[in-house]
Amino acid sequence: MKAHRKKKLSIILFIAVGLSIAIGLSLFALSNNIDLFYTPTQVAAGEVTPGQRIRVGGMVKEGTVEHNQDELEVSFITTDYSHDVQVLYTGILPDLFREGQGIVAEGMLTSAGVFQASRVLAKHDENYMSAEVRSALESAGVDSDGMSSGAY
Amino acid sequence: MIPELGNFSLILAFALSILLGIFPMVGAARQNQLWMGLARPLTAGVFVFLSISLAILAYSFVTDDFSVQFVANHSNSMLPLRYKLTAVWGGHEGSFLFWTWMLGGWMLAVAIFSKSMPTEFVARVLSIMGLISVGYTLFMLATSNPFDRALPLSPADGADLNAALQDFAFIIHPPSLYMGYVGFSVVFAFAIAALISGRLDSAWARWCRPWANAAWAILTLGLSLGSWWAYYELGWGGWWAWDPVENPPLITWLLGAAMIHSLAATEKRGVFKSWTVLLAIMAFASSLLGTFITRSGLLTSVHAFASDPTRGVYILGFLGLIIGGSLLLYAIRAPILKSEFGFGGWSREVFLLANNLILVVASAAILLGTLYPMVYQAVTGGDLISVGPPYFNTIFLPLVGILVLLLGVGPVARWKKTSRAYLIKQLSKVAIAALVIGVALPVLLTLGVPLTTIIVTVLACWVIFSLLRDLQSKIANKPDVWSGLKSLPVSYWGMQLAHFGFVMTMAGGCLTSIYSVEKSVLLDPGESAELGRYTFVFEGIEPVQGPNFIADEASIEVLRDGVYFRHLYPQKQLYTASNTPATHMGIDGRFFRDLFVTLGDARNQGAWSMTLYIKPFVRWVWIGTIFIAAGGILAVTDKRYRRFKVRQVQRAAPVTNKDSQPVVEG
Amino acid sequence: MKNLKLYIPVFAFLLLAVFMWRGLYMDSRTLPSTLIDRELPEFELRTLGEGDQLVSNTDLPDEPFILNIWGSYCLPCLQENPIFMSAREQGLVPIVGVNYKDRDNLARDWLDINGNPFTMNIVDDSGRYGIDLGVYGAPETFIVDADGVIRYKHIGTINYQAWEDEIMPVVRELQSAHAASASASSGQSS
Repeated sequence: MKAHRKKKLSIILFIAVGLSIAIGLSLFALSNNIDLFYTPTQVAAGEVTPGQRIRVGGMVKEGTVEHNQDELEVSFITTDYSHDVQVLYTGILPDLFREGQGIVAEGMLTSAGVFQASRVLAKHDENYMSAEVRSALESAGVDSDGMSSGAY
Repeated sequence: MIPELGNFSLILAFALSILLGIFPMVGAARQNQLWMGLARPLTAGVFVFLSISLAILAYSFVTDDFSVQFVANHSNSMLPLRYKLTAVWGGHEGSFLFWTWMLGGWMLAVAIFSKSMPTEFVARVLSIMGLISVGYTLFMLATSNPFDRALPLSPADGADLNAALQDFAFIIHPPSLYMGYVGFSVVFAFAIAALISGRLDSAWARWCRPWANAAWAILTLGLSLGSWWAYYELGWGGWWAWDPVENPPLITWLLGAAMIHSLAATEKRGVFKSWTVLLAIMAFASSLLGTFITRSGLLTSVHAFASDPTRGVYILGFLGLIIGGSLLLYAIRAPILKSEFGFGGWSREVFLLANNLILVVASAAILLGTLYPMVYQAVTGGDLISVGPPYFNTIFLPLVGILVLLLGVGPVARWKKTSRAYLIKQLSKVAIAALVIGVALPVLLTLGVPLTTIIVTVLACWVIFSLLRDLQSKIANKPDVWSGLKSLPVSYWGMQLAHFGFVMTMAGGCLTSIYSVEKSVLLDPGESAELGRYTFVFEGIEPVQGPNFIADEASIEVLRDGVYFRHLYPQKQLYTASNTPATHMGIDGRFFRDLFVTLGDARNQGAWSMTLYIKPFVRWVWIGTIFIAAGGILAVTDKRYRRFKVRQVQRAAPVTNKDSQPVVEG
Repeated sequence: MKNLKLYIPVFAFLLLAVFMWRGLYMDSRTLPSTLIDRELPEFELRTLGEGDQLVSNTDLPDEPFILNIWGSYCLPCLQENPIFMSAREQGLVPIVGVNYKDRDNLARDWLDINGNPFTMNIVDDSGRYGIDLGVYGAPETFIVDADGVIRYKHIGTINYQAWEDEIMPVVRELQSAHAASASASSGQSS
């Protein structure tokens, strides 16, 4: 019985140590890898520290999308109708990116106050079917809520 | 009129499910043979009426009955027939009907292939599945009926199926994903039946294993197809995004993997009994959780405008009832499931335990990352966050590394007791060979010291050599190699095949993330761009017309080392009915690498932006999963499960087994 | 309860369920509606009627009215139409349509087939005015008071329940406020 107890104890110890390492590691990784979401108003209010990795969401303001004709650089303004944020992005924009569409840009704010995006997500269709489409995509287990990624 | 029949049939399935949920269960408690005997006919009834419902929904799609709201929202008269049929699961309501029908199919399969099990047990299992079916059918009838009409104002034409869903992979991806997902409810029902009856012996484990393996193998395929679909159809160059919607099936898969390993120990050695039951409950719970997350709009609330809380409340209530109830049952009844505790420090049991620990920790970490935004928002009172892929990679990759390391030892170790000397004797050469070849191969091929690649190759060699060594020692005392190989049980081959597949997927995934290259360029017609050994010449754009879309098709000549290789034709499509753009990649897929081009948008003077990709080894990810699934299915066909059945039929007596543990009646 | 550790899963699950419950009702303030209590953005656009005359804010009703964003491609709009039709027949409240990102001939056909509940239809084929209004897509419905200030916004389809429980109470309140101020001002002038 004693040997049996000892073995059981060592297994429990092994599990406990393993678990606490895993939990510690998880929490550490989590604290380093969350992206906060901001609206253009919050960005304008100076709530964002430049250099911090964040997400900004808003609508693409009509007439502000400018493609550099020789390179893949794009600049546009995203807005929540009370404040604007200028976004710079290099790469190919997602299929659903259009002026007047809702987008989420991932990246960081430069000290000049321009948002340098590393990824632009677009979503939503012109009509409300897209809510249905989204749930279709979701139940199919896809890239979230029908977003198509511009780059990754 | 026809859609009303579908609705009526759904109501009948609901009613029969209620009967199935009550009578056989009560019958089993009271030893009423007649009531227990109702289980199989009622199951058949539920399945038949669910099938009629599904067939009628499909019929409504084929006949373009746009008075049915679901059809109007997800189809169009111009949609090709095969997509009209798959549009049945192209939206929430229809896919849920399809899902429930799958449950009916699994129930029917249990009813048919359970001749060897005691009536009482079968009655309980089917009854529990009946209760699940009550929940699903009620959910449909109450919140998301696919037969709802848009009367009297039905539209002339439908809104069309989402462009991204008009793809071959989407035809087969949801069916396999759902089938695997729903299959875990069988194992769940087995576990609950064991808790209720207090009977959990190795006979139980033997009945349970084929179902667990089958469900898990099919889920593997479903996940893999989903990943392939996202890679191919969304054309963004990735195959896994750690998306909140992708994660729940992966959690279920990991818990399922833990469960089938623990189940093996329960069958062979009578250990880990209550742990196996807990895993079965958790795997099923995670599948329900996945349903909840994807269908309530909970986690996508950052982007969702019109989520429907009623659906969420319903599923949450159901989840609370089923999962809360079964975990409570577990807490009360688990003490009667006495496990043997007799194994030594280096035994296979210990390695299985370590395997389980890693898999459960990995799924817990993924669950944490998936739900963290929600918890964060609740705690901070509204701050929105998202958890990025780096989190998941930091946690998941080291765990997989340890898992693969153990994978080289576990199958070689013996049950109950393994001496350290035996393991060293078996594996010392394997370890040396893996180190030598695993280091030499990448160094010679790349003429450098790619550290991550070396780790990956060493690990892969370690598992594969250990597998071969095990094979060699298994047939060492047989007269010749062939008869030795033939004498090994099918389930052994299944296990090794699945392990090999796992290593292949792991290696493919790691190597592709290291060696993939991509480049976004802006090309005028006639201009070219280079990537790796390849030169891409943009020849021009042609308009093309599809059945329900128009597209710009680029013609791109690909040269390898300056010599003509082939042409690629990526398209930028516009689906006319829904006015949705979509990308169709031009791809050259080979065993060792994929090469593809996706089109961006037109700039002035005929220039187009496009992205070029070279993704080495990416196919290994999916080929590996085919091996995993094949291994799982192969194990199901092991003679052990059939021989047992025949013996039982001959004896026609309640099941007792020589190596079974004493049954404790609660 | 002697084996407490066996209850850990239940409690863990209950904790999770509480969070999920709260999560369901959490407000996702991604794109806040900043237009409530602001004046309707200015516009100068064609109407859908013959003659393509240009209209602007001054042509809007000088009583509380409903502004509905619609399109012939939009299925939910079809479901809203009978509600608006009956509102028009009963003379409950004027409804101004904004034909959003649509084609004129398709929109006219749609009104011919399904009935026209709108007192006026503004054409926003480019979607530019939709941007000013912060429209995500059709259908969307605004309630505007007599002074041209947006008082309420409904995203998505309006069914009978939403019409009775959400829209009409706001409309009635604005109408009675308008009637009171109108009688007050007429009393002053007389």
